[in-house]
Formats: sequence, C-alpha cells, structure tokens
Amino acid sequence: MEPINWHTFFFLLFSLLAVVFAVAVVVASNVVRMAFYLIMSLGAAAGLFFLAGADFVGAMQLMIYVGGTLVLLIFGVMLTAQGPFISMKTRGGDWILAALLAGILLALLIPAAFSVPAWRNRATPEYLAGVRERPATSAPLAMGLVGARVDRLAEADANRREGMAGYLLPFEIVSVHLLVVLVGAAYLARTKRRATAERRLL
Amino acid sequence: MNLLSEPVGVSHYMIVGAVMFVAGVVCMASKRNLLGVLMGIELVLNGANVNFVAFSSRFLQSEEGRSLGLDGQLIAVFVIVLAAAEAAVALAITLNFYNNYGTVDVDRASELKG
Amino acid sequence: MAAYFDQFVPSWLAYLAAALVHAFLLLNVVAVGALVFIWAERKVSGRIQDRLGPTRVGGKFGWLQSLADGIKLISKEDTMPAGADRLLFRAAPYISLCASLCAYLALPFSDGWVALPVDVGVFFILAVMGLEVFGVILGGYASASKWSLFGAMREAAQVVSYEVPMGLCVVVPVLIAGQLDLVKIGQMQGGLFTNWLILHDPLIFCTFWVYFTCATASVNRAPFDLAEAESELVAGFHTEYSGLRWSIFFMAEYGSMFAVSGLAAILFFGGWNGPLPVTHWLGLTAENGALAGYLGNFLGMLNFIGKATLGVVFMMWVRWTLPRLRIDQVMKTCLKYCTPLAAVFFLGAVAWTYYLPGVDVRSRPLGMHYQRWWEEAAEGAAESERPGTMAAAAKPSLASFVRSQPQVVEP
Repeated sequence: MEPINWHTFFFLLFSLLAVVFAVAVVVASNVVRMAFYLIMSLGAAAGLFFLAGADFVGAMQLMIYVGGTLVLLIFGVMLTAQGPFISMKTRGGDWILAALLAGILLALLIPAAFSVPAWRNRATPEYLAGVRERPATSAPLAMGLVGARVDRLAEADANRREGMAGYLLPFEIVSVHLLVVLVGAAYLARTKRRATAERRLL
Repeated sequence: MNLLSEPVGVSHYMIVGAVMFVAGVVCMASKRNLLGVLMGIELVLNGANVNFVAFSSRFLQSEEGRSLGLDGQLIAVFVIVLAAAEAAVALAITLNFYNNYGTVDVDRASELKG
Repeated sequence: MAAYFDQFVPSWLAYLAAALVHAFLLLNVVAVGALVFIWAERKVSGRIQDRLGPTRVGGKFGWLQSLADGIKLISKEDTMPAGADRLLFRAAPYISLCASLCAYLALPFSDGWVALPVDVGVFFILAVMGLEVFGVILGGYASASKWSLFGAMREAAQVVSYEVPMGLCVVVPVLIAGQLDLVKIGQMQGGLFTNWLILHDPLIFCTFWVYFTCATASVNRAPFDLAEAESELVAGFHTEYSGLRWSIFFMAEYGSMFAVSGLAAILFFGGWNGPLPVTHWLGLTAENGALAGYLGNFLGMLNFIGKATLGVVFMMWVRWTLPRLRIDQVMKTCLKYCTPLAAVFFLGAVAWTYYLPGVDVRSRPLGMHYQRWWEEAAEGAAESERPGTMAAAAKPSLASFVRSQPQVVEP
C-alpha cells in the first residue's frame, strides 16, 4: 500500500466540508441554518488556506469573515425575524432555472480548471517537506502592504521586477474605504426617532 | 488509496472554488430573503478567494516562480476586508428596508418600477 | 510519535494513533482543567464570601466535588424544548467547545511545546476564540425561548464589540516584539523578569489592564456575563440546556478562560520564563542534552500553567467582587472607555518605539529578532542586485529601503 499523503487527505476533508456545506446553504430554507452552514463552509475554506501555506489569510478569514461578518449576518437575521423560525420556500420553477444556471457554470468552470497542464501538474518532491516547515507569512505580507516586496527580490527578469511594487496605495484606499463604510453604516442603521404621542406631549 | 496518496494541485483547489462560486450564484438567484442573497455574495467572494490563495501557494505547482507569490495572498486579504465592509453596508440597508416595509423580501422592493 | 508507531503498525494507523494520543492529551488538559477550576471557583467564592465552600466530597478540601458534579450531570436527563431547532440545539455546545479547544492548538506551553507552530499564533488564537460566540448564539436561537434569544443577542453584540479593543491591546506587545509567533515572543522574554514585556514601558503596563478587562468580557465572565444574567434572564442562552450539553458549555468557558490567561502570560508576563532564569543556572537547556532540555521545558511548562492559573483565579476574584453591569453599561465600557484607551496606548507604544528606541528599562535590547529579520532581508536584496539588470540600478532596492527605516533598534 502506498503511504497516505496527509496533505491530500486533509485537502479532501476540508474541500468536502466546504463543498457540501456550500451546497447545503443553497438547499436550506431556514435562514439561521443557512448561516450555520455558511460558517462551516467558510471555516473549511480557512482550513484550505492553511493547507495552501497562507496562514495569515486563513487566520484573517476566521477572524474577519467567520467571526465578524457572519456574526453580523446572524444579528441581522435575528433583528429582521418575524416568526420564531423564519423559513423561505423557493418555487419549483426557480429550482429548475437555478439548476440550469449551476449546470452551465460548472460545465464552464471545471474544464477550465483542468485546461492548463501546469495547474494539474502536481507539486515537486520537496513539496511535502515544504508543507511541513511552514513559511513565515505575516512579515512578507506586511512588507507587501507597506510597499516593499520581499518575495520577488531574486527576480532576474527586468520586466517582472518592474511589477514587484507593493500594495501601499490599495492599502490606503481600503483603509479610507473602511472608514467611510463605518460612518455610512452607522448613519444608515441609526435609530430614527419617530414623533410618537408621548414625544409630542413633552 | 490512489486518491489519497497523490499530491493535489491547483486544479483541485479551483474545483472547490468553482463549486463554492456556483453555489453562491445559485443562492443569490434563488433566495428571496435579502440576507440569503447576502450569504450568496459571501460564498461567491470566497470561491474567488480559494482560487487566489491556490495560485499564490508555493506548494501546489511544480515550477517555482509560476505561482503568484504574495500577490494572490494580498488580493485575498483585500477581498476579505472589502467583503466585511460590503456586508456592514448591506446589513444597514437591509435593516432600513425592514424598518420601512416590515419585510426582507427582495421582491417587495418594487417602488421604483414604472 | 507517529514515526515510532510506524515501526509496528501500518502507516495510516500509526498516524491515527498518534493523532488520537495528542487529541486525548489536549482534551484532558481542558477537561481536567475545567474540573479543577470549577472546584477552585467554589473555594475562592466561598472564601470571598467568608464561608468554606465544598468540604465533604473527597477529604478535607472537597477535592472531588467537581467529579461528583460531573457524575450528577451525566446522569441527568437530556431535555430539549418541543419547539427547538433540533440540529442547531444539539450542535451548539460542541461548536463552543471546538472553538475553545482549537485555541490550544497554537498556544505554546513551553519553549517549542506547541501543537501547531504557526507563524501567526496570536492572530490564530484570537480568531478561533472569536468563533466561540457562535455556539452561544446558535444555542440561544435554537432553544426557541425568549430568555435564550435575549442572551444570544446580548452575547453577539458584546463579543463583536469587545473584539475590537482586545485586538488593539494584543497588537501592542506584538508591535514591541515585532512578531506574531507566540514561541518567539516567549523566547524574547527570557532571562530576568525585567525582560518581561509588561515592564517594557508604562504604556504596555496600562495596556495589560485593558486587555484583561476585554478578555474577561470576551469569555463572557462576570461582571460581563450578560448572556447568562440569571437575575434578569433566568439563565440566558443556556436556559433550556441540561445535563451533559450544559456542562459542555461550561467546559468551553473554563477552557477559554485559561486560554486568554495563557495568552496574557505569554504576551505580557514572559510565558514559560520564570522571574529568575533558574533553568539556565541549573544548566537545564537543550545544549546539555535532550533530557536536560526536556526537564527545563517541563519546569517552564509548570511555570506557564502557574501564571495562566493565576490569571484565571484573578478572574474569579473579579467575578465574586464586582456586581454585574447592565447591558448599556457593558457597551459603554467597551466603546467609550476600552476602545479609545486601547487606541491611545497603541499609538503611544508606536511613538515610544519610534522616538525612544534606546530608552529601555529592560536588561536586554528589544527587537533583536526583527532586527535580524531586517538584516536577512537586506542581505537578500544585496545579493539580488546583479550588475547589468537595468531595473536593479533604476529602482531603489529593498536594502536601501530597509536602511532608511528608523524602527530598527540599535543594540
């Protein structure tokens, strides 16, 4: 028996979880259950990120996506719930249309995934060793965000060296964008004081 | 056991990304609840993120230098941050809509229809 | 361990066995820890309220009280409300427990004794602990009870808010250490206790107290236990839970209490390094053989567990001393006090390391590790500047970029 490749094993585990729960999100009709399946799916995707060697992105996915955004979503579900367990039914015709759409998209995307031999071409022998000694991801990412790329220093091709600039400008834009969103969301969701009877009396 | 003993490549990640993307698109198209649509958007963005991270990984491709390197991871970081921002604004809009109409059904938002 | 098992049994079985042993150890740290902490909580609360606490079961101090409680809980009927969402109701306690256990994956107990040596350890622990809230929210929602739902809503609002100041507080020691890797942060603080980060500057000393407040709130302990609030909400999110499922929520709570205290011990109090480098004086380091290194690490682990336990006992002390806050007071504490304070301390720490890099109360200069990292990056940049490539000559290289940075601390 060939030795089990544990990287592949965990890839299969996490990808199966991600895919099954992603489909469950579509099929479920209860909103909170949808959110629960989404948590599982995105958590499994974070596991895939860890497997691919992107530790920082995986931790960020868990912290911001799963721990922040989805809590907000569940919060929203609870604030807008009318019954104890709101469910929503999708009509039969919609299901057929949706299945058609899904079939077409998958028929397009899956051959595309296998279309480039280099992508199918599996990793080098050193790859498992590389998986074991995990590379530092936070410091190079931070350097990239402040405008210096440490991963492309050895690039011999002059044309590609030109493109090794970091992401300082996008980082600044995103920061300002977040500030604007913070203010905007707070403004949109503020409580509106309606002129109630008691108020008019005062 | 052949399935378990062979290393995975970028293609495998891309299939996971594709299924998540398609599930998200179907979710966006078929749900009538605003929050369901939002969840579909999150799935779509995550499917794209899986691809970005897979392409940036050094482990999944045979030739060094073919991988996107940090570009993929940095773009994934931006996608996550922007998705959080988008969710916050969308949630605020949803709450406002709920306050005005008493429902979160997207089909009821038809006031601008001629 | 897997390599050892590999000699006797097939490879997959060997890995499975090794994984099971590790998982068993990890689970027992939390489970036994919870048993001990529940007993300790009763004793501490008893002493604070001028009574004895448990005295009957298992000898003079009531050692076996929690075990007796555990047996009682296991034998209780496992009830579920008729209107509950059955799947989520069943799953919720395990989500909490999983999140709490996952935090231990990246928590180093001693120098290099960590299950998953990730480079982003601090961030990982914070992220995973943030997931614990889902168990509470889903459990509260699935119970189909108004009390539970109120508890869940409060928990959601509280935890999401407190993650902000807590993250800002954690960034301060990370900024000073220049590392997200908990093992390296711990190693940097070796030697005398003056090397501990809490004594680095006055700002980080203040940061610790804000961190501890936020950590207490984020693990949902009194005076911030609004999700339970038995004086207002019966029992909050776990009103409908009974028996083993109920106790799993509490195992998760005690597990994450220990985890946040352990994080504080590593980030502020030198982790496994004692106040005096006794293991070095005795020669119990890895250079003097594997056994000596193991012994030194073992003493370090005891030290770490002692510090984290002290943090947990401190949380108990706070719980039995302060009255519970109202929900608006909780949010006010977070948004009006903790967040601005944390932000000010963060900016202050940035200014401190920028303007006063040499002023250091510690016996060893800071930033050794990240200085080395910068130097390595600079060397790599120097090598890549090959003569003949136009781009290398035209673009400002990383080496010059690095040299122009003022953050590099002089040794």
